[in-house]
Amino acid sequence: MKSSLSTGRHDEPVTHWDDYPLRDSMWQIKINYKHMKKQQDENHIFPEQYELFEKKIAGSPITRRSFFKRMGAGIASYLVVSDILAGPIAKSFTREAAEDTIGAWIHVNGEGRITCYTGKVEVGQNIRTSLAQVVAEELFVKVEDIQFIMGDTLLTPYDRGTFGSLTTPQMAPKLRKAAASVRELLKATAAKEWNTSSTSLQLEQGIVFHPSNGKRLSYAQLANGKKLAQRVNEDVQVVPVEDWKIAGTSVPKVNGKFYITGSHKYVSDLKLPDMQYGKVLRPPYLGAKLTSLDTSDAEKVQGVRVVKDGDFVGVTAPDSTTAKMALAMINAEWERKKQPSRKQLFSHLKENANKQPDKKPNVEEAFANGAKKVTSAFHVDYIAHTPLEPRAGLAEWKNGELNVWTGTQRPFGVQEELEKEFGLAKDKIRVRMPDTGSGYGGKHTGEAGIEAAKLAKAIGKPVKVNWTREEEFMWAYCRPAGLIEVRGALDANGKLAAWEMFNYNSGGAGIESPYDVPAKHQQFISSDTPLRQGSYRALASTANVFAIESVMNDLASEQGKDPMEFRMEHLSDERLRRVLKDTASKFGWEKEKRSDRGFGLACGFVKGGYVATCAEVYVDPETKEVKVLKLVTGFECGAILNPRHLKSQVLGCVLQGLGGALFEAVDFDNGQILNAAFSSYRVPRFKDIPETEVLLINRPDLPPAGAGEAPIIGVAPAIRNAIQDVTGERINKLPLVPSGKIRA
Amino acid sequence: MKINVNGKSHTINVSANPTLLEVLREQLELTGTKYGCGEAACGACRVMMDGTAVPACITPAVSAQGKDITTIEGLEKNGKLHPVQEAFLEEDVFQCAYCASGMIVSAVALLERNASPSREEIIEAMNGNICRCCTYPQIMAAIEKAKTSKA
Ligand code: FES
Ligand code: FES
Repeated sequence: MKSSLSTGRHDEPVTHWDDYPLRDSMWQIKINYKHMKKQQDENHIFPEQYELFEKKIAGSPITRRSFFKRMGAGIASYLVVSDILAGPIAKSFTREAAEDTIGAWIHVNGEGRITCYTGKVEVGQNIRTSLAQVVAEELFVKVEDIQFIMGDTLLTPYDRGTFGSLTTPQMAPKLRKAAASVRELLKATAAKEWNTSSTSLQLEQGIVFHPSNGKRLSYAQLANGKKLAQRVNEDVQVVPVEDWKIAGTSVPKVNGKFYITGSHKYVSDLKLPDMQYGKVLRPPYLGAKLTSLDTSDAEKVQGVRVVKDGDFVGVTAPDSTTAKMALAMINAEWERKKQPSRKQLFSHLKENANKQPDKKPNVEEAFANGAKKVTSAFHVDYIAHTPLEPRAGLAEWKNGELNVWTGTQRPFGVQEELEKEFGLAKDKIRVRMPDTGSGYGGKHTGEAGIEAAKLAKAIGKPVKVNWTREEEFMWAYCRPAGLIEVRGALDANGKLAAWEMFNYNSGGAGIESPYDVPAKHQQFISSDTPLRQGSYRALASTANVFAIESVMNDLASEQGKDPMEFRMEHLSDERLRRVLKDTASKFGWEKEKRSDRGFGLACGFVKGGYVATCAEVYVDPETKEVKVLKLVTGFECGAILNPRHLKSQVLGCVLQGLGGALFEAVDFDNGQILNAAFSSYRVPRFKDIPETEVLLINRPDLPPAGAGEAPIIGVAPAIRNAIQDVTGERINKLPLVPSGKIRA
Repeated sequence: MKINVNGKSHTINVSANPTLLEVLREQLELTGTKYGCGEAACGACRVMMDGTAVPACITPAVSAQGKDITTIEGLEKNGKLHPVQEAFLEEDVFQCAYCASGMIVSAVALLERNASPSREEIIEAMNGNICRCCTYPQIMAAIEKAKTSKA
């Protein structure tokens, strides 16, 4: 094994930390809100696309020296931003960011404790476990020996956020190398001590030893009193995938016991001494303006404080029962502004489009010459993430510094929101994110944390704000609704000849059809969204793949062709072909089916994840009731780090997708959300769960990709196509059967 | 007023007429029991009251007087996990695990009244519990496991 000390692209010598020139400051990358706002106004860019508008600003310069001071002595390997990012994002990103901004690091302290620092957060995707596996593998220790510090703006390096299925592809391979680099540093330190070459040394369970002379030193002994750090060595030798013993296996969730005994503290569970419970006054309608306010009754309640700051009105009390009561005692009047309703949603999106769709002459011509054509419009409703833990924030001001704990996928983004809100320097704001009650793309923002900070500042005590389910439905953001218009034409031989697709409002992700077509054009057109909208698992891919895969199905059925065969005739992507073929054979695509049952399939890829789903549905011939009997999903996302957790992610994605496919929709009327409760907004439950099978295709030769998004995309179109198979009905809307029945 | 939680008697303040959920979480600092909806529609707040799983979010604390309340924190006895917890741990069920307490309490209550429920009976009993991460198949597997290990 090569020594990491003098080889490698960076060829960076080991440096004694204190001697290190203090040249590189920690840059902070921030969203340029002004620019983004302008873009939003001009082009109606959605929060899901904010990553496009990041610009760097110089943050408080946190030096490498100060990092080490914070961590104490030891041996460390660090990654810089340009190490972590890859592909097109990196290009735009590193142009703006200092290339040597520290992005993550692994540190062994004088007690032999191994700690990894990353700004990524745990929202239930179990990355704390899968990343620890990768690190443990390289350092020859157990998963339990690795501690992860995540999503803490003081302790961890800047991170843009945990979204877009980027954690696994970006972090896992890099932490693997960082861990291997630390290992080599440990070996080199021992080699120096024993005056031998580090290549002759071996490791086991936190110990470096010399196989022939029996000398042993623990990581603790090696790191004690040292201050060694080195940038990750890109060329360091990592444990080959074939030899993995920990990575690639189903290690159970780290700290799993805390979660099943109720001892893990989510933000909504946290408590500080003298903490007060906060509630915020909300308008009864979206877009309503406060016209009069009388808080005198609420103020009379013992222990209650009322906070007024312009349109922001809130109360605090020593317990949440009293806070709730005090809030209800506020008399407020509101001026209601007319808002679009769900009834006009799709015409509204079309009428308020920010531009007319472009027409391409070659596509027009190919259509004119087409032998068979399908023209369809798809309606995709808003849906709510409604994570089981609603937004929560706890804030405390101490000596002019602000501490906030909140459940967010972007702790550093929340730090920026707070900076803007309070005009406070970033080094005076610390945001922490304990593992949260999930997000699915719905927790990119910091509302509850900001509200708690406002209240805490006003009353001079720590305040916690836990949103109610109703607030979460009404004031968080939705998955965008969309109108999608598609035209497809076949030539005389039944081959795809022309393809045109316009997506109004829901987004451009996944709009590109994976199929070979000589003349094609697709375009995303932004519009005016009646509801607040943002990221959701797989972004607009769910809507776009639904439209693409429905039309592909219908084009096949127009010519009486098997939809599987028709797809394969137009598919050249090898990874997608394989996943489609394997999934169909696992499902038994060719098998006989009863006359009241239909088979449907769909496939696509998102962010390095290739997915195919086959569905079997039953439609009651009399009542037209639809029952999904079986879903088989095949998924390939490169090398598998933890098969059980990967399967769980895939299943979770598929089953959550079942809700949006069959019945989930946010209903709204003139500024009111009509189903802002779990009793009226239906999400998948035990009774809805069909027989499910997951086929994982391991590709150890390819880098791992995230799994929290892609597997959702095939569910809706596969079910829709299965319904079409058995009834001939083409249902071109999501949700497909909100009442449970076709055309009810 | 006094209530019995996890085998211990606690004095609580009910002057503002809090729900049992508010009392457990705020006065007794038993935060394992979660809020998810406040309308008995998600199961996150389930606790056992005299052996039956009830939603603490709509249960007035005063109505708990004289009843035996068991929360998720009360299932582990003398450092030993309840067999149902054991099964959930072994099956490595959860993603975010925010639903975990309610799921486990519901499963314990089910198995206490019916040691060997059928698949349909499990689904029926658990349908009031939402797992937004949709770990339903894993939860089913854990309950099946707990059932056989008990039998
Ligand atoms: S919080 Fe009580 S059932 Fe949802
Ligand atoms: S694991 Fe997240 S809600 Fe169940």
